[in-house]
Amino acid sequence: MASRAQPLSGLHKTGAVFAALVTLAVLGPLAAVMARADWPLALGPADLAAIRFTLVQAALSALLSVVLAIPVARALARRDFAGRRMLVTLMGAPFLLPVIVAVLGLLAVFGRAGWINAALMGIGLGRIDVYGLQGVVLAHVFLNLPLAVRLILQGWQDIPSERVRLAIALGFSGADMHRHFERPLLRAVLPGAGLLIFLICTTSFAVALILGGGPRATTVELAIYQAFRFDFDLGRAAALGLVQVAICLGAGALAFGAIRGRELGTGLDRPPLAWPGDGQGARARDALAITLAALFLLLPLLAVALKGLPALAGMPLSVWQAALRSVVLALASAGLAVALALPIALFVARLRRPGMVEGLAFLTIAVSSLVIGTGMFVLIRPWGDPVALALPVTGLVNALVALPFLLRALVPAALAAEGGQGRLAEALGMSGMARLRHAILPRLARPLGFGAGLAAAFSMGDLGVITLFSSPGQGTLPLEMYRLMGAYRTDDAQGAAVLLMALTLALFWLFDRGGRLDAIAR
Amino acid sequence: MKHTIIAAGLSVFAGAAFAQAPVLTVYTYDSFVSEWGPGPAIEEAFEATCGCDLQFVGAGDGAALLARVRLEGERSEADVVLGLDTNLTAAARDTGLFAPHGLTPEGLTLPVAWDDAEFLPFDWGYFAFVHRAGLEDVPNSFAALAASDISIVIQDPRSSTPGLGLLMWVAAAHGEGAAAIWEGLADNIVTVTPGWSEAYGLFLEGEADMVLSYTTSPAYHLIAEEDAGFAAAGFDEGHYMQVEVAGMLAGTDQPELARDFLRFMLDEGFQSVIPTTNWMYPAALPAEALPEGFETLLTPARPILLSPEEAAAVRDEALATWQAALSR
Repeated sequence: MASRAQPLSGLHKTGAVFAALVTLAVLGPLAAVMARADWPLALGPADLAAIRFTLVQAALSALLSVVLAIPVARALARRDFAGRRMLVTLMGAPFLLPVIVAVLGLLAVFGRAGWINAALMGIGLGRIDVYGLQGVVLAHVFLNLPLAVRLILQGWQDIPSERVRLAIALGFSGADMHRHFERPLLRAVLPGAGLLIFLICTTSFAVALILGGGPRATTVELAIYQAFRFDFDLGRAAALGLVQVAICLGAGALAFGAIRGRELGTGLDRPPLAWPGDGQGARARDALAITLAALFLLLPLLAVALKGLPALAGMPLSVWQAALRSVVLALASAGLAVALALPIALFVARLRRPGMVEGLAFLTIAVSSLVIGTGMFVLIRPWGDPVALALPVTGLVNALVALPFLLRALVPAALAAEGGQGRLAEALGMSGMARLRHAILPRLARPLGFGAGLAAAFSMGDLGVITLFSSPGQGTLPLEMYRLMGAYRTDDAQGAAVLLMALTLALFWLFDRGGRLDAIAR
Repeated sequence: MKHTIIAAGLSVFAGAAFAQAPVLTVYTYDSFVSEWGPGPAIEEAFEATCGCDLQFVGAGDGAALLARVRLEGERSEADVVLGLDTNLTAAARDTGLFAPHGLTPEGLTLPVAWDDAEFLPFDWGYFAFVHRAGLEDVPNSFAALAASDISIVIQDPRSSTPGLGLLMWVAAAHGEGAAAIWEGLADNIVTVTPGWSEAYGLFLEGEADMVLSYTTSPAYHLIAEEDAGFAAAGFDEGHYMQVEVAGMLAGTDQPELARDFLRFMLDEGFQSVIPTTNWMYPAALPAEALPEGFETLLTPARPILLSPEEAAAVRDEALATWQAALSR
């Protein structure tokens, strides 16, 4: 570990300031909404039912996503095959899509009129029902499994290959590998990944409603939406917003309690080697895990693509304009997210208790983006025209939303870099930018690329804040897609969905790839 | 303020005459302003006569529109709000943000009488369950639907205006019996969506036999897609109406222009655009002026419409009934 006695550099101070600003940017709007509220507040039985449903479905979704992701990530970490990278990128797509696109893709496969039911009916078997709690969990696993795989995969790839080589030299068995490498790795990665997915699922609204089947599937986020949109009860909205923050803090406290320090050591970034204990059985299991995950994640995407491709050529000009606007917004959003996340991650890596600051970043997931958006609206209104600022505000909120993902990926890497290279850099008397450029950044390139890709992709698919501020000529691609659906133009909407999927993936791929170019010397 | 700056900026390109034009800002729902909605044609028609710059601002759906105006309060940039429905107007009136329009509308073709000091209708439609033409044993009432094993997709009344409309439909047609109707419907409901778009999408994907929409929905398929394969089921108890309205804000800095716009709203230049862009019935256009295809649509025997005050009064209880019946 790096010496803690060193004074903070300028960059670390910037990180501290950014961390404070981010907290302010999230809690400020919440406070602004609360200030407009009518007090006192009370939660009814329906709210309690919503809280219960939210917790149950989010816990189930997070658990299943993470558990199913382990064999897939393990297989992807140890097998090299043609098209592997393409597959990893493609499999990430569900997480990046607007909910309605993902849901329609899922229904094309699992729905009442979907492929599986058609096959089941064809051979005379009954129908599977995708609606209800199982539907919500299915969709959340579909959306979040890719994220879980990527986060866990990241952990696997952080194992220095020198260690693996040493293990081979020492004649480790598969069980030894598991005990000395995989278990510590999973203990370090799983709680954070699980927490992240749990939080994402707590803010679910459209998925829970469409696939939940009705009022039983009410989430806190829907209750917030209703309080805002139909009752205009800012007090209730703020109270429910606080409930969500409380859920987040509770889950965060649990998860961080479970996170153990990582002492995996450091290496020289050599390519990974085949692991010991890698027999035929292991190969077959890995192949099965990858095939099943690919089918589960790619078939719905294929369905979306098949439906939308024919409409692509005939789409109105406004869709292409919206696409351009979305791409620019996504790039800005990714840039902002990286600019915020990098100093914060480096600052966090220097702290004795990194969980504290990272935990604050998780707030940006827990506080409903509807609350943040409305709060920003309230805050901006006295000073300027919120509608004129629609795109900048959307970019900012999207960057904030992406921040936890970036930190999740960056902080462990920054810790490792500080731990491994910091000592050497200090011994060489490197400081400031030189230290950052030579010792730290190369180790962060991969998570940075991944995080920036996520931020860009999120921004592409976002449909939250923009609807609150939008005006004609500022529509993003997802909004335009909804407008097409609202005007019965389902075919064009499906075309827009394919375009959205393609652009989102392309952006993610570019960033992710860019991050790997430097880091891997294959 | 900002709009004058933008207008001034645009005038560099558009010529000096434009710079003097007053700006009328109309808040409306998203699909109204899209290029395939009524917005662009209406903007062109009104600007040809008003010597002004008409600017539409899209803000979600009807309910979100009201929330936006309430959020902005008296400092709203909006001069006119277009796209609330009568289930929302009582709440809108209660904000005190709307001014009396002072107009006497003529030539209204709504199937119900209209008398409202603040709000004027611009279009309307009947809620109905829409199905594909091949569906057998199409139900002719809520009871028949509940007794059948026909699957339906509806919208959540807590997040969408059609969902709220269905709630009002059952409440107005069945009163005390609403709970029993909802309990009977529970096993027909495949799922409940946040808004109309998702529900209609699921229906088109084949996830359900019928979807809550409008009697005018088949007109879209017939006219725009030349597909006669869709129909609306006629219910004996009658069909609840959605009447979409506009009103001017008390805080407007362009009261005369706002009133001119409301007057224009009932003129042919506005009304004739509605049927094939908003896919609703225009509020002031005789039946013979409707586009070809509209004569094929279902005409319910009994229009049902609660007054804004009644709608506001029954809403909370109807919502509780709905939630209780479908949560079992």
